[in-house]
Amino acid sequence: MKVSMKVNGNQVDEEIEDRTLLVHFLRDQLLLRGTHWGCDTSNCGTCVVWMDGEPVKSCTVLAAMADGHDVRTVEGLEQDGQLDPVQQGFMECHGLQCGFCTPGMMMTARALLDRNPDPSEEEIREAISGQICRCTGYATIVRSIRWAAVHEASTKQGSNS
Amino acid sequence: MTTVETRLTEFTDNNEKPVGYGRMLRKEDPRLIRGQGNFVDDVNLPGMLHLAILRSPMAHARIKSIDTTAAAALEGVVAIVTGADLAEKGLAWMPTLSNDVQAVLATDKVRFQGQEVAFAIAKSRYIARDAIELINVDYEILPPVVDVRKALDPDAALIRDDLKDKTNNHCFDWETGDAAATQAVFDKADVVVTQEIIYPRVHPAPMETCGAVALFDAVEGQLTLWSTTQAPHAHRTVYALVSGLPEHKIRIIAPDIGGGFGNKVPIYPGYVCAIVAALVTGKPVKWMEDRSENLVSTGFARDYIMNGEIAATKDGKILAVRTHVLADHGAFNGTAAPIKYPAGFFGVFTGSYDLEAAYCSMTAVYTNKAPGGVAYACSFRITEAVYLIERMVDCLAYDLKMDPVELRLKNFIKPEQFPYTTKTGWVYDSGEYERGMRLAMELAGYDELRKEQEEKRSRGELMGIGVSFFTEAVGAGPRKDMDILGLGMADGCELRIHPTGKAVLRLSVKSQGQGHETTFAQIVAEEIGIPPSDIQVLEGDTDNTPFGLGTYGSRSTPVSGAAAALVARKVRDKAQIIASGMLEVSVADLEWEKGSFHVKGDPSKSVTIQEIAFKSYGAGDLPEGVEGGLEAQICYNPSNLTYPFGAYICVVDIDPGTAVVKVRRFIAVDDCGTRINEMIIEGQVHGGLADGVGMALMEMIAFDEDGNCLGASLMDYLIPTALEVPDWETGHTVTPSPHHPIGAKGIGESATVGSPPAIVNAVVDALKPFGIRHADMPLTPSRVWETMQGRHVPSI
Repeated sequence: MKVSMKVNGNQVDEEIEDRTLLVHFLRDQLLLRGTHWGCDTSNCGTCVVWMDGEPVKSCTVLAAMADGHDVRTVEGLEQDGQLDPVQQGFMECHGLQCGFCTPGMMMTARALLDRNPDPSEEEIREAISGQICRCTGYATIVRSIRWAAVHEASTKQGSNS
Repeated sequence: MTTVETRLTEFTDNNEKPVGYGRMLRKEDPRLIRGQGNFVDDVNLPGMLHLAILRSPMAHARIKSIDTTAAAALEGVVAIVTGADLAEKGLAWMPTLSNDVQAVLATDKVRFQGQEVAFAIAKSRYIARDAIELINVDYEILPPVVDVRKALDPDAALIRDDLKDKTNNHCFDWETGDAAATQAVFDKADVVVTQEIIYPRVHPAPMETCGAVALFDAVEGQLTLWSTTQAPHAHRTVYALVSGLPEHKIRIIAPDIGGGFGNKVPIYPGYVCAIVAALVTGKPVKWMEDRSENLVSTGFARDYIMNGEIAATKDGKILAVRTHVLADHGAFNGTAAPIKYPAGFFGVFTGSYDLEAAYCSMTAVYTNKAPGGVAYACSFRITEAVYLIERMVDCLAYDLKMDPVELRLKNFIKPEQFPYTTKTGWVYDSGEYERGMRLAMELAGYDELRKEQEEKRSRGELMGIGVSFFTEAVGAGPRKDMDILGLGMADGCELRIHPTGKAVLRLSVKSQGQGHETTFAQIVAEEIGIPPSDIQVLEGDTDNTPFGLGTYGSRSTPVSGAAAALVARKVRDKAQIIASGMLEVSVADLEWEKGSFHVKGDPSKSVTIQEIAFKSYGAGDLPEGVEGGLEAQICYNPSNLTYPFGAYICVVDIDPGTAVVKVRRFIAVDDCGTRINEMIIEGQVHGGLADGVGMALMEMIAFDEDGNCLGASLMDYLIPTALEVPDWETGHTVTPSPHHPIGAKGIGESATVGSPPAIVNAVVDALKPFGIRHADMPLTPSRVWETMQGRHVPSI
């Protein structure tokens, strides 16, 4: 079957096997390999991408279901050569070690901050609780997302003044 | 830990990082946060085929027949391979890292659920999966051996009938310490406490599962294998021995690895299958296991039943420890440990205490469960050893009605006793235990916590404070004692300074997230004065790095870290000779200041390391006897292990109505000697603490009576999320290792080793009003609830 969608702002028209999962479509067909595949059961969240602005687990979404929708992946976080503050925060606060869960974590973090620019530690923990990191013990991920929140706030303040 | 808030809006510029140790952003992060990492599943080669493995649904069954007709006929299938096909090539069995053998594909019978039976090679990932569904295997079900306590019963089914003359499920016996001396001490002791302690089977479950891409160039006879391996060089040698391919024609590439924790040390049948598939088809072949395959078939950890005994005087002087261990090794002994240490480094079960005697005996058995035995950040069974002693000390404190901290302080090995030889023969290099314990108490506010607990108990609330103190033994190891399959555990390392003063460091170890590209650049920078941003660290490619045994057991910093420092010093020594020529003084008249040599007493006459590098390759003569270039290679053989240690305090609250355990606080004080990058060290500790919460409260690979694995997905095998763990409170002391060139000790597994007993001790402490002295992990709500039942229930 044929699917058409926007991926990171680019129009994509591709022929796929009907049963293709979104994660495999992104990775193997579009060669966007930042999205990872970790568990098959929607538990680990290494496959989180956005569909129409909502984080989804792309291992349990058919590529066909994304037809006509707007998909954003980790490769779409950096804009015009500028890292997203979430990406910067993860580097500054050691929010990643092996880096395998990181793309999914960052996509969820970006979605959280778009809805809640000043989340508490508890709200951050709740937001990423559908995802697993085996390396960091989460504290530095929480700090990374707080870093992004504070940095964004200060940047906005700076541009207003 | 509060420093982050104060610098929240600052950016760190790594180019400003001066030479030396300290916080530095990781060099591997820019690619990983852009989704530009290169993991094994990201390797896509032209014409690549996909491999899927058919696994046994049964724990123990004889294979009567395998019908591959339908699978082979499926469009898109290139080949179906069974154990019989491999047997024709002599590849149906392979050695394990413990000198046992393991089936690559089962030929005679299956011995655990999830065992590899056949594989399909197809044009796509999906078709390969379709194909294995069409393979029809006729099994004759045999009685499974699941209960480890019954494995040696006379009527237990024989699992390993493939081994000549094998008549039972006995795997090995092992002992350490002095049985008679220990008995004598027990005979005279005022108090003896005994307790059975179970460390259940758990699984490392790294976020990236295991996999490989195999490419065989028939013209050159060259095999290239991209593989999720923590030990690329050791794997290369084993593949050469197994396959008969010459070792110089095998290249192992371990690209970015998505977490290892020991899971990626062994050689799994899937890797061998991928190699065979590439040889058979002449095409590149990818195998990536799914999560369920990872959980049911790859290296598990622990699975020890430990009968602990501790002897003491009535005022709390610990005299001796004794234990008998029943070890479940699964269907094949796949333990990855130095060959003379079948129980890993369990011999350090004497802990951090000055004892008169100690003894351990162990019986290891085969069962119809997945093979493995050492994994999950355990430092070769030190997790089990530390859990045993730290639980036993708490049991003793309970019986003596002593505070667990007071009991530990009374029995610590004293700073002046180092180097300290334990009663089981381990030489602890350095330690200052009381200092660490007191710092943890101070950070925790230990006395206030006890007061709070007393108050809460009077109201019927369940609050627990758990303490553990651990000594690790990491950095395997001295080659006189330690080898894996005959390969000595020394590490090579090579440093090249280019003419413009930029450097490339080549390592034999392989990061799985530990940040080697950063830490090792800092080690070299400190020695040679070139900024870490100018030092490229290469690893994970056997054609381009010197030989060494890989990353596990927290050995990278103790072994390869030492090698990196020493190779840099070797280069610096050569640089000094060249500098003497440039400055026209004798070598002895030069002084080193980070980054340059200057003439003693005249700092204005100096040359930088960059200038020396250019001179070494440049025009004009060098001092007599000096070859051109500025490079060196060494192989470091450690004279001893390093012994990091730490004091952990955990505070839990238990809901009396639901028995849910909440870890409220966790205070971790670690001592890993000289600290290279505190940000990375803290990250290593954090990760291990979360592992500890998982093991203590949630994680277990259990089996039903038929040998079905009950932890076969992440819906069944529970791993902590951000909601189950607290914000960690960390502190540190620094007691350098006397024999390590920069005084560093390993840190990768300290927290995984030290945290489970602190958490369990806290839960048991909370349950003290119920008269509970011990409860086994994982302390799930149902287990805690069961433990609480039938006892005195406090009024709420």
